[in-house]
Amino acid sequence: MHVEQISIFIENKFGRLAEVTRILGDAGVNIRTLSLADTSDFGILRLIVNDTEKARTVLKERGFTVSKTEVVAVEIPDRPGGLADILQVLDADGINVEYMYAFVERCGENAVMIFRFDETQKAITTLTSKNFNVLPGNRLYSM
Amino acid sequence: MFFNEEFETLPREALEALQLKRLKAMVARVEKSVPFYKEALAKAGVTADSIQSLKDLQRLPFTYKQDMRDSYPYNLFAVPMEDIVRIHASSGTTGKPTVVGYTKKDIETWSELMARSFMAAGVHKGDIIHNSYGYGLFTGGLGAHYGAERLGASVIPMSGGNTKKQIMIMQDFGSTVLTCTPSYSLFMAEAAKEEGIDFRDLKLRVGIFGAEPWSEEMRRDIEGKLNLSAVDIYGLSEIMGPGVAIECCQAKKGLHIWEDHFIPEIINPETCEVLPEGQMGELVITTITKEGIPLIRYRTRDITSITYEPCVCGRTHARIARMSGRSDDMLIIRGVNVFPSQIEAILMGVEGVEPHYVLIVERKDNLDTLEVQVEVGENLFSDEIKHLQALSAKIEKQIKEMLGVTCRVRLVEPKSITRSEGKAKRVIDNRNKA
Repeated sequence: MHVEQISIFIENKFGRLAEVTRILGDAGVNIRTLSLADTSDFGILRLIVNDTEKARTVLKERGFTVSKTEVVAVEIPDRPGGLADILQVLDADGINVEYMYAFVERCGENAVMIFRFDETQKAITTLTSKNFNVLPGNRLYSM
Repeated sequence: MFFNEEFETLPREALEALQLKRLKAMVARVEKSVPFYKEALAKAGVTADSIQSLKDLQRLPFTYKQDMRDSYPYNLFAVPMEDIVRIHASSGTTGKPTVVGYTKKDIETWSELMARSFMAAGVHKGDIIHNSYGYGLFTGGLGAHYGAERLGASVIPMSGGNTKKQIMIMQDFGSTVLTCTPSYSLFMAEAAKEEGIDFRDLKLRVGIFGAEPWSEEMRRDIEGKLNLSAVDIYGLSEIMGPGVAIECCQAKKGLHIWEDHFIPEIINPETCEVLPEGQMGELVITTITKEGIPLIRYRTRDITSITYEPCVCGRTHARIARMSGRSDDMLIIRGVNVFPSQIEAILMGVEGVEPHYVLIVERKDNLDTLEVQVEVGENLFSDEIKHLQALSAKIEKQIKEMLGVTCRVRLVEPKSITRSEGKAKRVIDNRNKA
């Protein structure tokens, strides 16, 4: 039920982000959503794309350091307190969120959040048992 | 296995008697034929006849690199130009290069010492030596080449550069021995990996690496990546070229310096006092058989220590420790002496760190700053910022604890540090440029 995300190490240098996105564009890889975590020296670009393997291969060929991470996509009711409800459930089970960001597209009436948990499988079990809708990768890549 | 068993295993007493005899003869030659030494020896009040024991060496004057520059190009030569058959010169990054001349006999001696060095490293007749040291004014290429031929091995005169072709030749020609700088060997390993070639499939058995200081940790890394036995060689053009000293493959603990041709001393570079066995200081070498350009107590600026303890290989010649660096490579950062090799040793001790790094020294508001750039490869990368920051902090802490200097580690993208096909440039010192 998890989703594959690729992470890329990027130095804080002029034009690096443009280069990554250009390489992916030229290879016909479509970015579904992204987040950029940054420090003063470097950033980590996290991407969910329609073709993870291809994205990884073309970026590695161009000398980038790339890794694959498992994240979880969850539907969240688009109303006040929607996110708080989910976090509360996770908190009760002692699951930590390492980072999270929003998916660009909506899923019907609901928003979609991407989570990186310290314990991915346990998080999925907790969420599904509490009737949260965890979206599988193939659904997300083609949304 | 020895190339010249008699001389390589000469009992210390006989070796020292030979050194004294040769020292006296050399001093007698230069006091006649080199005006620079005639004057320097007269000033020091020493004549060849007054040298009674090896202890008297300490009465002789030093020769500095500057003396060689001042004698540019031929003023230190001890024989007429018609007896010089080869001329080499050092790279001369600052000012004029230093020029050295060899007589026919000098070339023979060099070839023998290089052949001895190959044997000590575990190389023998029948080996195919892939020589990637640069051919030209630099002594590395031709020095190793003549030694290989003298040994009777097959030598491939590759010189440096064109890495893809180097790898193809190594693969197709079945090279069993590689000679180059340690940093270039790693560059080749990296390039081969990109081509999908595994060094473990090559026939390489021995690597002879020199011309720049490297660490024990780097040796382990090279041996793992290139699947060969890595041996440290030492030499400098002023004294001869490669093959002044070499590790034996049996011990790999210190480099045997060929004492029947060179007399080594370790001195305190500031007070010039000769230091006892085991203490770190500057290596000073006197050439006792050289004809073209004999040097008395040449200040190498290389930092090492010496031991006369018997070695398991059976050679009686003293061993100098792996070079810690050059006294002129030494960085003084806020008053603390730091050698790039010390930082390298710390970096290589951190799991996943690649042997590519660069040190950038700057002065901000009258304070020195040191930045250590480390490449983030797959083994180091984490998708979480906190892990990468913890890594930087860990390296910074170790450098602070072990060397006493505060530094800032900057993580950079792979391949962003310039690779070298010759000597690696590890330090960018911007302090005197502003």
